[in-house]
Amino acid sequence: MTKITWDNVALMSKNTADRLGVEAAGLGVANVDVLAITVNGTTVEIPAWVQPGHADDSITITVGYGREGVGKVANGTGVDTYPLRSTSAMLYATDVQVENTGKKYEIACTQDHNSMEGRSLLRHATLQEYRDNPDFSTYDSAYNAELPGEAYAGEQGQDRPLSIFDAIDEADYPDYEPQWGMTIDLNSCIGCGTCTIACQAENNIPVIGKREVSNGREMHWIRTDRYFEGDVDDPKALHQPVPCMHCELAPCEQVCPVAATTHSDDGMNQMTYNRCIGTRYCANNCPYKVRRFNFFNYTKEFLTTGSDPEVVQMAMNPEVTVRFRGVMEKCTFCVQRVNRAKINKKIETDGESLKPDDGSVETACQQACPADAIYFGDLTDPDSKVTQTKKNNRNYLLLEELNTRPRTSYLAKLRNPNPKLA
Amino acid sequence: MSTDYKYVPEPALVKGDHTFGSITDIIAKTPLSPTPKLWYLAFGISNLLLITLLGAVGYLIWEGIGIWGLNNPAGWGWAIINFVWWVGIGHAGTLISAILFLFRQGWRTAINRFAEAMTIFAVMCAGFFPAIHVGPIWVIYWVFPVPNSMAIWPNFSSPLLWDVFAVSTYFTVSLLFWYVGLVPDFATLRDKAKSKVAKISYGIAALGWTGSFRNWWNYEKAYMILAGLATPLVLSVHTIVSFDFAVSMIPGWHSTIFPPYFVAGAIYSGFAMVLTLMIIARKIYGLEDIMNIDIREKMNLVMMVTGNLVAFAYLCEGFIAWYSGYIYEQGIFWLYATGPYAWGFYILMFCNVVTPQFLWSRKIRRNVALTFVISIIVNIGMWFERFMIAVASLATDFMPSNWDYFSPTFWDIITYIGTFGLFFTFFLLFLRYLPMVAIAEVKGVMPQADPHNYDDETKEFVKPKAEPAVVDQQTV
Repeated sequence: MTKITWDNVALMSKNTADRLGVEAAGLGVANVDVLAITVNGTTVEIPAWVQPGHADDSITITVGYGREGVGKVANGTGVDTYPLRSTSAMLYATDVQVENTGKKYEIACTQDHNSMEGRSLLRHATLQEYRDNPDFSTYDSAYNAELPGEAYAGEQGQDRPLSIFDAIDEADYPDYEPQWGMTIDLNSCIGCGTCTIACQAENNIPVIGKREVSNGREMHWIRTDRYFEGDVDDPKALHQPVPCMHCELAPCEQVCPVAATTHSDDGMNQMTYNRCIGTRYCANNCPYKVRRFNFFNYTKEFLTTGSDPEVVQMAMNPEVTVRFRGVMEKCTFCVQRVNRAKINKKIETDGESLKPDDGSVETACQQACPADAIYFGDLTDPDSKVTQTKKNNRNYLLLEELNTRPRTSYLAKLRNPNPKLA
Repeated sequence: MSTDYKYVPEPALVKGDHTFGSITDIIAKTPLSPTPKLWYLAFGISNLLLITLLGAVGYLIWEGIGIWGLNNPAGWGWAIINFVWWVGIGHAGTLISAILFLFRQGWRTAINRFAEAMTIFAVMCAGFFPAIHVGPIWVIYWVFPVPNSMAIWPNFSSPLLWDVFAVSTYFTVSLLFWYVGLVPDFATLRDKAKSKVAKISYGIAALGWTGSFRNWWNYEKAYMILAGLATPLVLSVHTIVSFDFAVSMIPGWHSTIFPPYFVAGAIYSGFAMVLTLMIIARKIYGLEDIMNIDIREKMNLVMMVTGNLVAFAYLCEGFIAWYSGYIYEQGIFWLYATGPYAWGFYILMFCNVVTPQFLWSRKIRRNVALTFVISIIVNIGMWFERFMIAVASLATDFMPSNWDYFSPTFWDIITYIGTFGLFFTFFLLFLRYLPMVAIAEVKGVMPQADPHNYDDETKEFVKPKAEPAVVDQQTV
């Protein structure tokens, strides 16, 4: 929820922070005030963090940080807050003195801006609104305007700018099968971030440390965006996992000077690490900003330093290439799993088919998602789950107006607020 | 109605009481006399900066791009800003030497050699950045369409690839143009030089120039052709550089106004840089008669026009952002003015919108100190313009969840400062060993160059004294 990495903080509402003279972090402001919190004569200094929606006049702190002697991933991260927790007050303490020490501490936060700024990136509605307008998640409803290019498409005799998703049963479908796609159901997503960690484990994504995360260089191939909407004291929190969209008209592919990122026959946007010369133009031109650059030789550092590098090395996935310094990387739709399934199918069918059965390929994020919010599969199979979900009227494309034609789509979020509570 | 018009002659382009001989002397004096101590000092400082640059680049290649302040939304930072800035500076030289030549602007002769040299060294500094800003620099040759064992071409649809062609063509043509212009002057130096080494070196560079009619005939033709070739390059190079931004889809980049706006900005900053360097050099080398106040005023006028073009482009961009109804474009403009980089935006507005307005005043245009200050402000402003485009647009684009703040590191700054070492090392070598004004061309715009209409006594160009003699064919 906080999008903070590496450290623990004292969470508080905006009102409480104002009373304590604590400033909120934001774009370009990573150094936050440090508070001295005293409970029963024990004082702990901990950075303060403004959390919209937090109850006034209370402070939340987490335990389990500030450990010593447990290797490079935990040393020097966070504050040990156990001294504040006595057996007489295991969950909360009431007699607390808080003082702003005037010191500053840098927090590595992966999201600096909390508002969607009126951009309809994460579409949501209440159940009632959905019943009134089942198509609320389309571009036209979200912006109350026509989708750019729609008029032109009309002249060409199409309902909307041409997309593969409209042509499920049509003849202009790509002749290669399968074609991969993904759907993320925002209604199911609980924003836990398990997908990120599963992806990290599957795809050998290095842990780069607090310093590099503060520099804005986190390497995760799938991230969970969190937006707040509404009143700062009582906002709605919204979560949206964002992996590579595998755009059919990928902006990244057009700008690479050496053609290091290209499309595969089965509709995946792929990186050729060996060809990449690291101009970073692809990442710049990606409207979703899902591309990750190896600014340093992160993998080497991750695999060869620390107290027990051999354990880390053994934890690597042998089916996924580790990336060298200076190359771009991003979500591959777990291409190693996809190809494994295609090979298996080919062996089973004696070379007749390359189309794995629906459900036989699961991406790491999909497999780990506790809420089953992610669907992945073959779009040429009309009965596959992913094809079915894309026919749902909550289905929408992120930044559809750019006509990048993403293969990953979202199912808009619905809420059913209890009027007695709201 | 009175028809009492008076002939007002153009002010002389070369001031003072000069003959052809004295012009040759004041220009050829510098390369042929012993090296002044001040030059060694300046050259030493430039060398130190150059070494710093090489050290910074060595560390960059050893350690990785991570030593710079780049992050995930802002994949381009100072390297690209500096690239565009240096290329822009280069443009003045080509404009002065090629376009003004085709338009028969005599005043260009005072500064063309100087400005062309600046172009070449500025393009060197510029070309340096895209080369070092990549990941694995050892395979940078993949951007060239050379046959290779991978049997793969570069991606011809990428603006970065167009850049490679645009900048390398520009550099080649500028260098040739500069050299061709130098040939007659090399011959002058060869003939005046006392030392054997100088005689031989200038002699080789002069390519056997004798000053014959045939030499001059070929020279004029070659110069004209190269001017014709260089003219489209003035417009095309910065157009293609602007495509790096305009062809992408980032709000604040994706804009059709970029090519003319970038070219105007390039000329604006290039003239400012020529002025900065010229004001210092003419004093030190005693060239005030040639690089005189009228020339500077004309340059200030060019700066005023291009500066206002740039200011108009800002206005257009703002208008289009509003008029298009495109929320991301509107968002980025709002963020320019009120967002985390607003400080950069206001520096930019001051330097590029307010500053050129001072040049409406003739007094300011003809004031050396103020011209110098303005020329420096303009270059700062043009650097910030590229900063706002490259960094501010990238760091706050489509999805607010990605927004981040870019801050430069020590290495960003030292690499930028280091390129001044590269620039001035070459520039000082140029000042020391080559004629910094085109000797032959300056003579061409002096009144003496016109043997029929030159009055030896008043030392002025006069109207024809007599009707041209008409020879009666039949009586001969």
